[in-house]
Amino acid sequence: MSTKKDAYKKVAYYPGCALEGTGHAYNKSTKALGKALGLELEEVDNWNCCGAMEVKNIDPKIQTYLSSRVMSIAANEMKHDTVMAPCNGCYHNLKKAEYDLANDEKSREVVERLSSKAGHETYQAGQIETIHALDWIKDAIGEEELNKRIKNSLKGLKVANYYGCMYTRPRHIFPEKDQGEGSESTSKPHFMDDLLEAAGADNVDFALKTACCGGAHTLSDADTSTKLVTNIIQAAEEAGAEVIATECPTCHSGLEMHQIRAEKKFGIKSNVKIIYFTQLLGIALGLSPNKVGLNQNVSDGKAALRARQIA
Amino acid sequence: MPIHEKNLIRPENLSTHENLVIDGVDVSGDWSTFIKTRVVPDYNEEMQEEIAALPGGENIHRCWQCGSCTNSCTVNGLNPDFNPRHWIYLIRMGYESELVRDKDIIWQCVSCNKCTYACPRDVVPEGVMKATAHWLELKGYTERSPSSEFDEEFSSQVFKTGKIEDGRVMMGFFKRTGQPLMQDWLVDMVKKMLRGLPVSWLMKMGMATVIHPRTKNWGPARDAIEEYAREQEEKHAAAVKGAHRDAMFHAAD
Repeated sequence: MSTKKDAYKKVAYYPGCALEGTGHAYNKSTKALGKALGLELEEVDNWNCCGAMEVKNIDPKIQTYLSSRVMSIAANEMKHDTVMAPCNGCYHNLKKAEYDLANDEKSREVVERLSSKAGHETYQAGQIETIHALDWIKDAIGEEELNKRIKNSLKGLKVANYYGCMYTRPRHIFPEKDQGEGSESTSKPHFMDDLLEAAGADNVDFALKTACCGGAHTLSDADTSTKLVTNIIQAAEEAGAEVIATECPTCHSGLEMHQIRAEKKFGIKSNVKIIYFTQLLGIALGLSPNKVGLNQNVSDGKAALRARQIA
Repeated sequence: MPIHEKNLIRPENLSTHENLVIDGVDVSGDWSTFIKTRVVPDYNEEMQEEIAALPGGENIHRCWQCGSCTNSCTVNGLNPDFNPRHWIYLIRMGYESELVRDKDIIWQCVSCNKCTYACPRDVVPEGVMKATAHWLELKGYTERSPSSEFDEEFSSQVFKTGKIEDGRVMMGFFKRTGQPLMQDWLVDMVKKMLRGLPVSWLMKMGMATVIHPRTKNWGPARDAIEEYAREQEEKHAAAVKGAHRDAMFHAAD
């Protein structure tokens, strides 16, 4: 762990498109969290979209190229060995590209062809390690250290930790997961639970941690997404949660949007608030709610925090 | 959750006679319902190859019909008619007309990857669902689904500038699918968002929809991607017999 601890002190930062748009609060809180913890983030120069699910659906190899360009810049131009992506989609895609480049000759050929035409070095599998914001905090700081730095404990705040699909599935693109003690689990992920618990939160037993929010069809099949989000929100509320902690801008905006849509269209009301885990950790470290972009959330998390005398 | 099997005996295959006498015996009414003989005249023996030639469909031949995909499927939980295992079976059998019966729901796969996680044979059912949805479009069985419209809008922005901007993708999608931009729940959401946002941030968001965020010096990458995408498009259309629909991606204008 000590090697990771040092390696993750300074990492290349890949925010991705969503964190510059609807997920801006996630961007803001991730940066603020890094600063508060003394971790350094160096944004990947002139990055591009990771290809997301949409480009993958048109052509998976173009998605592999798009992700590999980001990793190539971080590795070859910026000389980093770790790139941190807080968005589940970006994280997933970089990991998937890494896997495909290591295991599929055709993907390598396409990436080589596109990279040379685009005029940059071809990314070689293994040059860089992609990690999620959860790995970053968990391995660079750890629960014990985090706990020592808590100035504003989340004590009593009932939180349901929601990880979503892309953080854990499919298993084969995350070789470091499911490796026993200390590693993340793809069936029962716990990194977010560990960190929020260290910040004092009262995590609730929540069965839908890796259930799908329907993010892929949030607009194209909105009724399906609303049903899936409503399931997640109702399960969290039944478990006693006041807050659902998120780690992905797509899940986060999906939950916020469809919570409103469920009420507007189907009359299904819920009171649980949606807050990024980085916002919760930032507040626990003593940062102000605005500093972690809580005012940019659609869901009014402030009230829930105020009720517990946290913010 | 159980695996939902499909019943091949459907109402249209049943025959009930109001007035029927056979050998002097009155067999009128429901109790004498007959099941019509089913003859399948239209096996498409190349169906599996056609779908395997589309992105995502490559591993369909590996399926053992264990049902783990359907058993774990998110959409099946909402609608038992959504049945990846059954569709893979039909495709491998070449039973085109049976598959086409479900043409309007196959695109609804939410890509949660639970099936791919559960599959013991590396079929990548999620990919097969995408390939099948594209195949239905290429064959002209379905219009382009809203999901395909969304993928196309999103991808064309990425190909063109290297990045997307959420607001533009949303507006582009509503325009393509002929929906009003002002959905009541969206209006409600924007109102809630405005509550806490500083004016400077609002202006920044507004500007981003006008001035497109782009990756610098993206030109060569754009050209390389668009050339490759067009090649693939032609390949896919050629692989699907009788494809009479334009391929998926139209080069960005």
